[in-house]
Amino acid sequence: MSEKKRRGVGGKIILALTLLFFYFPIFYIILFSFNDSRSLTKFSGFSLRWYEKMFADSTMMEAVFYTVAIALIATLVSTVVGTVTAIGLSKSSRVLTAFVERVNDLPVMNPDIVTAISLLMFFSVLSVRKGFLTMLLAHIMFCIPYVMLSVTPKLRSLDPNLIDAAMDLGATPLQALTRVIVPQIRPGIVSGALIAFTMSFDDFVISYFTTGNGVNNISILVYTMSKRVNPSINALSTIVILLITVTLGIVNIVPILRERKGKKKS
Amino acid sequence: MKQFRSMTYPYVLWISVMIVAPMLLIVLYAFTTSGNDVLTFQFTLENFKRFVTDSVFLAVLWRSLYIAVVTTVICILLGYPIAYAIAQLGDRGNTIMILLITMPTWVNMLVRTYAWMGILQDEGVLNGFLGLLGIGPVPMIHTSFAVILGMVYNFIPFMILQIHTSLAKMDKNLLDAANDLGADPAHAFLRVTLPLSLPGVISGITLVFLPAVSSFFIPKLLGGGQYVLVGNIIESQFLTSGDWNFGSAISMIMAIIIMISMYLTRKADVSVASNGKE
Repeated sequence: MSEKKRRGVGGKIILALTLLFFYFPIFYIILFSFNDSRSLTKFSGFSLRWYEKMFADSTMMEAVFYTVAIALIATLVSTVVGTVTAIGLSKSSRVLTAFVERVNDLPVMNPDIVTAISLLMFFSVLSVRKGFLTMLLAHIMFCIPYVMLSVTPKLRSLDPNLIDAAMDLGATPLQALTRVIVPQIRPGIVSGALIAFTMSFDDFVISYFTTGNGVNNISILVYTMSKRVNPSINALSTIVILLITVTLGIVNIVPILRERKGKKKS
Repeated sequence: MKQFRSMTYPYVLWISVMIVAPMLLIVLYAFTTSGNDVLTFQFTLENFKRFVTDSVFLAVLWRSLYIAVVTTVICILLGYPIAYAIAQLGDRGNTIMILLITMPTWVNMLVRTYAWMGILQDEGVLNGFLGLLGIGPVPMIHTSFAVILGMVYNFIPFMILQIHTSLAKMDKNLLDAANDLGADPAHAFLRVTLPLSLPGVISGITLVFLPAVSSFFIPKLLGGGQYVLVGNIIESQFLTSGDWNFGSAISMIMAIIIMISMYLTRKADVSVASNGKE
């Protein structure tokens, strides 16, 4: 065996072990969501009882609803606001751009718990009642910087005269924006929206500190329920895993397939 | 262009209210005594003094730093060979492996941490496996080992992706050149590949250390209720004991430690970059 081949085998073993490490816990949860008994360690037979229990459990169903609702609204709002602001900043002074970028860095660079307690105190000082609205505002707050981080590089690579050219040709500023700029930066907008959705959907720390009034998302529910053995969490987790994997799998695999098709044609 | 510039004004207002003002509240509360009215402040350093003079709190801080450093070191030692092995694959293998490594990170961290709770039990599958080898049962859940394992599991993808990016950017011709100049593979790795990939390692360090030092649900789920890190103290100050002033001071201390460590790693990054140019 040549040395190169031997090294290739070593690498493949490392990668196989890596995938085992990453996926074992995920498959473990999926397997035990079908367990017949309460045990988290002994598999005693196939059953769907934890799924039935989950669907019958109104707190769980509410948590799923709140998670999806907040993720959708936060994604929509943060994508629009983030894109509009990023476009505006690309035409703004350096000082303003630097200010916005520095402030945007705060929630991105700071530990989540610091951002979370700052919002908790802020809402309390203003005596805003914590619940759905405060959690939603917090999610919009931490999602926008990620959208901007994903849109801004695309804007930088645009020809700075593009807007002028469009307006010289008779487009109104709004038309220049929606018909010329936005189509050019669409990939950045889409990936920004995707990051925003997963950040919001998966968030625990900031949600945990900014919610109240019995409004829970899936993460908070897992955290509070995991203190006692409750196999319905496995069922809920399995649904979450499936949802996220299928959505993002499609989003990531479709472009690869399309590219391959394009290559075949050409 | 004025129309475009004005598109930023709502967001500037928004971040002033939603990011800047809340962050200033932390500073305000950290330096004031509790029980203030909103308008009469009593400035004090008592909150910081209370933290640095209490041996229990200091022990928790050291433990958090220790756990975060160990987690970061393990992530480098395991993440580097993994990233290197991925970089050796072809283009398609690269894309697929990176996708496979990113995919678990999309799944909720709470859910992934919760999964380890069952695996690490005394009668769990890992101890069952060790039992087949005639070892154990080794107590794993509610130990430092479980906490570090949970952190490595959650944060190592960041390290792998950063190192992989810097390895993938590397010009492969450099290795041929090193080979032509008589360097054996080990030598070429140490003198060419390793220095060129260090910026990836360094940005990986920040991405692992920062969440590791501030995490509070991983110690709670895998370390048990008795296992306390800095994040758990902050949580209890805000959600149980309601001492915002003390909690803010601890958060500031943690944020400062993180800022210093990020400054140091960035400095290391600059010196690595300038060494490379020589």
